[in-house]
Amino acid sequence: MKRSLTALIAGCLLAASFAVFAGPGAIEGVEKQPVNISAIAMFMVFVLATLGITYWASKRTKSTADFYTAGGGITGFQNGLAIAGDYMSAATLLGLTSMVYFTGFDGFIYAVCFFIGWPIILFLIAERLRNLGKFTFADIASYRLDQNRIRTFAAFGSLTVVCFYLIVQMVGAGQLIQLLFGLDYNTAVVVVGILMMVYVTFGGMTATTWVQIIKACLLLGGGVVLLLLTLAHFGWSFENLFSQAIASHKNGVKIMAPVKLMADPISAISLSLGLLFGTAGLPHIMMRFFTVPNAKEARKSVFYATGFIGFFFLVTMVLGAAAISIVGTNPAFFEGGQVGGKLIGGGNMPVMHLAKAVGGDVFLGFLSAVAFATILAVVSGLALAGASAISHDLYARVIKKGTATTEQEMKVTKYASVLLGILAILLGIAFKDQNVLFLVALAFGVASSVNFPVLILSMYWKGLTTRGALWGGIAGLVSSVGLVILSPTVWVKILGNPAAIFPYDHPAIVSMSLAFFVTWLLSVTDNSPRAAKEKDAYEEQYIRAQTGLGAAAASDH
Amino acid sequence: MSKNTIQAKIRANPKFAEMVGKRTRLAILLSLIVLVPYYTFMLLTSLQPQLFTATISEGSVITIGWPIAALIVVGGWLMTGIYISKANGEFDDLNKQILDEARK
Repeated sequence: MKRSLTALIAGCLLAASFAVFAGPGAIEGVEKQPVNISAIAMFMVFVLATLGITYWASKRTKSTADFYTAGGGITGFQNGLAIAGDYMSAATLLGLTSMVYFTGFDGFIYAVCFFIGWPIILFLIAERLRNLGKFTFADIASYRLDQNRIRTFAAFGSLTVVCFYLIVQMVGAGQLIQLLFGLDYNTAVVVVGILMMVYVTFGGMTATTWVQIIKACLLLGGGVVLLLLTLAHFGWSFENLFSQAIASHKNGVKIMAPVKLMADPISAISLSLGLLFGTAGLPHIMMRFFTVPNAKEARKSVFYATGFIGFFFLVTMVLGAAAISIVGTNPAFFEGGQVGGKLIGGGNMPVMHLAKAVGGDVFLGFLSAVAFATILAVVSGLALAGASAISHDLYARVIKKGTATTEQEMKVTKYASVLLGILAILLGIAFKDQNVLFLVALAFGVASSVNFPVLILSMYWKGLTTRGALWGGIAGLVSSVGLVILSPTVWVKILGNPAAIFPYDHPAIVSMSLAFFVTWLLSVTDNSPRAAKEKDAYEEQYIRAQTGLGAAAASDH
Repeated sequence: MSKNTIQAKIRANPKFAEMVGKRTRLAILLSLIVLVPYYTFMLLTSLQPQLFTATISEGSVITIGWPIAALIVVGGWLMTGIYISKANGEFDDLNKQILDEARK
């Protein structure tokens, strides 16, 4: 427990060190809105239903396999919905629509970048992931490498990504909820943190999965209803929708073509590499592959997830474009009634205003409740991934060397979930009113430059050795975090320096290449007897990865 | 039967090489079908943005970029459909035969 705590504290210190200098350049504080009764009522229904599910799930959660993977008994379709639920955060609904609202076609390019990793995950990693892993991604990274060092490092990589992502979600939750529900920021953060702890601690993966599935259905359903209402408004004509958007937007016809997002090709490639391979390195997403019984269902999960995510992204594009004319010309949605001024509630609100404009207050309440549910579901998935890195990887495997009993491991898992919940609340409050966008770059930077290289190389490259994986991972970690600090977002906007030392916001093009290069160099020059053994062990791993021979069974009890 | 003998039998079975070869080739082919248009699109939007001011038809305001971007998303999903229909059908059947023969 002591070492897992050390790792956790190190992760938090890393995060906290950003809090210190994240002073100026913070996003404008959002104004608290009047208490929205219908939204709160609908959200309460969601909370009661999910707490009921958590109670039911807690009766079924007896072994560690139940806790981490819902006993491997989730079907491909259910898991596909849950993966989509994990990936479609509130930031997706609010952020992508607002990007299209403000920049037009550039927003669509961004959405394509966020999507494109999914088919690649299916083709390259889904079945090997399922065949080799049991509970966490570290299972695969350390399959034939040094259990202590590689597993510790992989767990640390998971925890780092989880911490960054949690802060982003908690800050978003606080702002969104004070805006939509009229609750105080700190209250909102505490409510989210406590509900997350309850879901994860008592219901484990079973409860988390069902929270994800319900939320994904609500989000997809809400999105489709809003889409239909919106299209009806334009007489079911895209032509009409876009001509009104062009007429209403201050950039006019320019919104129909790429403008500035992709002005620099290297920046564009770095962003797309980070998103493409970062998606494949997100611990809470990888963990979902172990909830299905076999590789066949794992493949199906990605097929369904890709379909839902792609469909939802396309819906948000239409909503964003529709908001340009419906929201952008209505003085009721601007502060002081000044069209073209500051949107009420800030730049992330176009889709919420659109909901009110075409669906009235009740529909706005429904969509607000869905957004809250979305945040809750995503933080639960993150907390579960973090807790399993602490209890399964660090405690049971590294500290106890596999001798921990189920009871002991479950106990540590629960402590870890509570700890992560408290941590999320504290960090959420600490980062109040800060610009947390750079944390998204950090999360994807670390996922693509630390988690992804070791994952893909351990599955595909016989020559990988412990020495190479460890130093490559460290190179990826140091360079991705370092380059984000030196990037325009942090170095100029947050730290107030005149010019950025590293010109791109997304580090993947450099940090990922460096991680791969260092891993390769230090693996091929590794002539130790251990390295020879690790290379020999590839054959057994390869046959298991390809055929599923000896893969962790559906259930452990 | 020990795990090593089963593994050796799998390795020696020509069907194993056939399955792995077919599945790997399909995965690479589909990855290219997804990634080549995607990166072409990314480079063109950044290097030749004026290409995307063309509209889909005479008199329309909709530019070609919107349907192209939508096609990349829909196409990516269709490719996952092709992959799972082959992998969960033909390749999994082969895989089952390989495992059954090795356990004999």
